[in-house]
Amino acid sequence: MTRRFFFSRLLAAFAVAAFALSSGIPAEAKEKPLKVAAVYTVPVEQQWVSRIHLALKAAEARGDITYKFSENVANTDYERVMREYAEQGSDMIFGEAFAVEKAARKVAADYPKIAFVLGSSFKPEEPNFSVFDNYIQEASYLSGLVAGKATKSNKIGLVGGFPIPEVNRLMNAFMAGVKEVNPDATFTVTFIGSWYDPPKAKEAAFAMIDAGADVLYAERFGVSDAAKERGVKAIGNVIDTAKDYPGVVLASALWHFEPTADYAIKQVLDGTYKAEDVGKYSEMKVGGASLAPLDPALVPADVIELVKAKEKAILDGSFKVQVVDTEPKP
Amino acid sequence: MSDLFDIITAAAFWSAAIRIATPLIFGTLGELICERAGVLNLGIEGIFTAGAMSGWMTVYLGGDLWTGVLVAALVGAGFGLLHAVLTVPLGLSQHVTGLGITLLATSASYFTYRIAFPNVSSPPRIEPFQPISIPGLSDLPFIGPALFQQTPLTYFAVFLVIVVAYILARTPLGLAIRASGENPAAVDSQGLSVYGLRIGAVMAGSAIMAVGGSFLTLSAFNAFFFEMIAGRGWICIALVVFASWKPGKALLGALLFGAFDALQVRLQQSMGGAIPYQLFLMLPYVLSILALVIMSRRAAYPNALMIPFIKGQRS
Repeated sequence: MTRRFFFSRLLAAFAVAAFALSSGIPAEAKEKPLKVAAVYTVPVEQQWVSRIHLALKAAEARGDITYKFSENVANTDYERVMREYAEQGSDMIFGEAFAVEKAARKVAADYPKIAFVLGSSFKPEEPNFSVFDNYIQEASYLSGLVAGKATKSNKIGLVGGFPIPEVNRLMNAFMAGVKEVNPDATFTVTFIGSWYDPPKAKEAAFAMIDAGADVLYAERFGVSDAAKERGVKAIGNVIDTAKDYPGVVLASALWHFEPTADYAIKQVLDGTYKAEDVGKYSEMKVGGASLAPLDPALVPADVIELVKAKEKAILDGSFKVQVVDTEPKP
Repeated sequence: MSDLFDIITAAAFWSAAIRIATPLIFGTLGELICERAGVLNLGIEGIFTAGAMSGWMTVYLGGDLWTGVLVAALVGAGFGLLHAVLTVPLGLSQHVTGLGITLLATSASYFTYRIAFPNVSSPPRIEPFQPISIPGLSDLPFIGPALFQQTPLTYFAVFLVIVVAYILARTPLGLAIRASGENPAAVDSQGLSVYGLRIGAVMAGSAIMAVGGSFLTLSAFNAFFFEMIAGRGWICIALVVFASWKPGKALLGALLFGAFDALQVRLQQSMGGAIPYQLFLMLPYVLSILALVIMSRRAAYPNALMIPFIKGQRS
């Protein structure tokens, strides 16, 4: 083989490869079970992540996927863990890109055949980076109606982790709900600068109760505990904690990740997966969000009626809850 | 400004400050004992975690609350022993070993928790310590609700400060511990075992740290979470310097930090979004650094701190 011949062969090979990459290989349908991996920056007990974990567990139980996950991964380590799952031949990778947007998008670009479905406040990215978030502001709004009617001091306290869009959006919707039924209500908002420091969240809640708040919006663990100890009410968020705090939690806006997960998994199985914003699968009308059943012993009948009417208006599209992602300022 | 005045004259504020300070009192006291004997213990953050986990787990599995505290102390002493064996007779770097202990104890705690609870969506809970009133004292106006409606571990923390202060300052044992941190050769020449004293001090100190960790899961809260220690151990390292290695001042420093933290939460709420919340979160740390700068000018650290003792070696 002459050297010139060798080079021309090499060039041709490169050309073919480049063509294949640029034109995009059409996605093909895949067999069950898909190999799914998830990378979480917090433990699977954390409210937000627990919903994803639950939905993927359910998909695994159905036999649609095999499910592996890494929890409590530091942001600085996130990219490495993603790459390891990508190298192991995963078909899909779930996770949260909030603090690692750049790195996560880089990994996705390096593995164009893997479907990346990540929590993100930004846009989807071709060809394989889909985004979702807990767009449950409708349910949060409804829980706000309950809170606005329940407060006697007209002071409502909100304790959150960090003011990022997924937190702000729900707080803002909750506050809009309160204002709808109780224009005199005032709010105090505290961020504790941690996702996972219940003693600190509890202290923040105590301080609100000391200042007169009688309904607390429990974005973090620890808030409902303070409410229970001091005999005030709490509103749950993302998960249903009514059983853990009987008589304390009046209403909870729940997130159901199943519609999002199932949609994305089906797309990959069918070979029709593409990068898109799957946030709409967290809306109430597709079952992505709901208000936990209200207890007539805690919530007056007329308030339950009011909530039901609003819920109906949301479901038939005659009422829209605004999405406000900016930091709530009372 | 009137806001500030209202905040710090409320009994509930001081009650919160003491509650927040309690784990720091244990941690600072434990670290102080280690350092007075000449051993820096950077395993503190991990030992906090191990104490929080093991104490909580004991109660969850059916032990009573005080058994949980005891188990936490024993686990802490165990990690203390490991740290001491590596740094005292073997004379390894106290920085590296301590950080290693923190990594080991933290990971071992998380691992144990996950093995025990592979599938929980909401963390399992226990019935924690309840605040107890002290007859007579708790009914005093202002002082009662501020100081005397705490959980038992808080009273225990203050009691422990007094005991440790007495032992260190007034007993032969305390003298020997202090001497092994100042001039171990002199201790050795008296026929006392420097190794024994240092190992014992590190184990006792680590046990106290672990009890501080267990306060978070048995008293301040009722469940164990990953990462819930959130740097409290590191704050104790700084508080020891603030305290100039003296138990009484350690108590004061921890209370000051607790007060700053209670203050920032309340200011954040009363100033209502006019100032970015991050500034408030920063407040206790900034004020502590300022206090540290002022206090540490006169601080004299133990002379033999971080210097391994090798018998017969000339210094």
